[in-house]
Amino acid sequence: MIEVTDLYKEFNGVPVLKGITTTFEKGKTNMIIGQSGSGKTVFLKCLLGLHKPDKGIISFDGRKHTELDITTQRQLRQEIGMVFQGGALYDSLTVEENIMFPLKMFADQPRSEMLDRVNFVLKRVNLNDANKKFPAELSGGMQKRVAIARAIVMKPKYLFCDEPNSGLDPNTATVIDNLIQEITDEYQIITIINSHDMNSVMEIGEKIVFLKNGVKAWEGTNKDIFKTENEAIVKFVYSSNLFKKVREAYLNETK
Amino acid sequence: MNYLEHIGKYFLMLKQVFKKPQKWSVFREMLFREIEDLGLKSLGIITFISFFVGGVVAIQTALNVDSPFIPKYLIGFATKRSMILEFAPTFMCVILAGKVGSYISSSIGTMRVTEQIDALEVMGINSLNYLVLPKIIATLFFYPLLITLAMFLGIFGGYTAGVLTDLFYTEDFIYGIQLDFNPYFVKYALTKTLVFAFVIATIPAYHGYYVKGGSLEVGRASTQAVVWTSVVIILLNYFLTQMLLG
Repeated sequence: MIEVTDLYKEFNGVPVLKGITTTFEKGKTNMIIGQSGSGKTVFLKCLLGLHKPDKGIISFDGRKHTELDITTQRQLRQEIGMVFQGGALYDSLTVEENIMFPLKMFADQPRSEMLDRVNFVLKRVNLNDANKKFPAELSGGMQKRVAIARAIVMKPKYLFCDEPNSGLDPNTATVIDNLIQEITDEYQIITIINSHDMNSVMEIGEKIVFLKNGVKAWEGTNKDIFKTENEAIVKFVYSSNLFKKVREAYLNETK
Repeated sequence: MNYLEHIGKYFLMLKQVFKKPQKWSVFREMLFREIEDLGLKSLGIITFISFFVGGVVAIQTALNVDSPFIPKYLIGFATKRSMILEFAPTFMCVILAGKVGSYISSSIGTMRVTEQIDALEVMGINSLNYLVLPKIIATLFFYPLLITLAMFLGIFGGYTAGVLTDLFYTEDFIYGIQLDFNPYFVKYALTKTLVFAFVIATIPAYHGYYVKGGSLEVGRASTQAVVWTSVVIILLNYFLTQMLLG
């Protein structure tokens, strides 16, 4: 379990996170949503240790991330898989080399075993015949799959995704969502997704944390989000007519 | 940010760079790649420039030394001295600061803005150590070889100029380059090269690593990196010359 307690972060005197407390459980797809500038990315970067919080505790299965020295933090990070918004694949490396990179850094295995693992994860993300291609030769959806493959190659305990669907067509976005959820269930990991995509939120958000102006304004499941009366999240999620109608239909159906 | 803050941040960066590599096999692979990118790929330009600079120095000296009281072997002597003392170590390193400095700064800067450096950090990798240390070792190892080559080619360029222009006798030139050879000058030139190589690897890396924004900022950081690397090389050249020859 990842426990976040009273997390504060400010930049140049401007508070961005103002005392966030929440938990993320094993085997669940957790989503962080909120408007642009609400502090989602800073929150995610604090969890990853890329930003040092000014106050508060982040605990990974009892290990207080915020109190660890840099070497121990780096050891903990080896248990984390991360899918970046733009993929963050290494341009000069092929797909195979990109995925093999964490193995080469941290696993003491012969190359043949590493290659087997790479092929296994590539198959898992339904990406065949791309081993020798460079990231620039792949479509956006394929790059995201490679990023997911690289994130899971070390069998992480925690998977973080920053806007995994941005720039993808609805069909590919659904494929990526399903893939993330399947991986979460299969490996029983803690997945935290930072997203703007309300389709993803409704589809796979087993726990949703809504941030507004650096404060946790609401949390619940994708079922609760239809029923909630919380003004802030209703205004955010149901800003489009389509979602308003979906909500009305859902509420009528469940009456 | 003021200059003192930059200097402090630069030295803090070096503290992270000089850590034990997390995996020696990966470090070795990176090192060979950097030797190719930063060293071998600069061979062409260094060969071309040093050859012609040597030729020009010889021609200029020949044209300016037309008094019968000044011996002609001075042309070879002056070409040798200027190539070994200044043109090869300093001039070539300023050229390398432009070529290699912009490459280091823009490649690391692009990695920063496309979150590739964040990806390294999230994996638990010391990104500064992983990215910068092989560059330092590669330049420290390869640039003395490159500059030694530049010395030879510069002198050879001077000799070739003599053959082609008939401005001086090649026998005089060869006598001049053999005259009063002081090995300490080579040691002085290579000491300067090592210092400049370190500067060429680290200042652009600093500018690239801490860039914020997008492609425009990467371009700006690259320009800044070349300017500051050149300025530091010129300043250090002055102090090193004063210390080692003064």
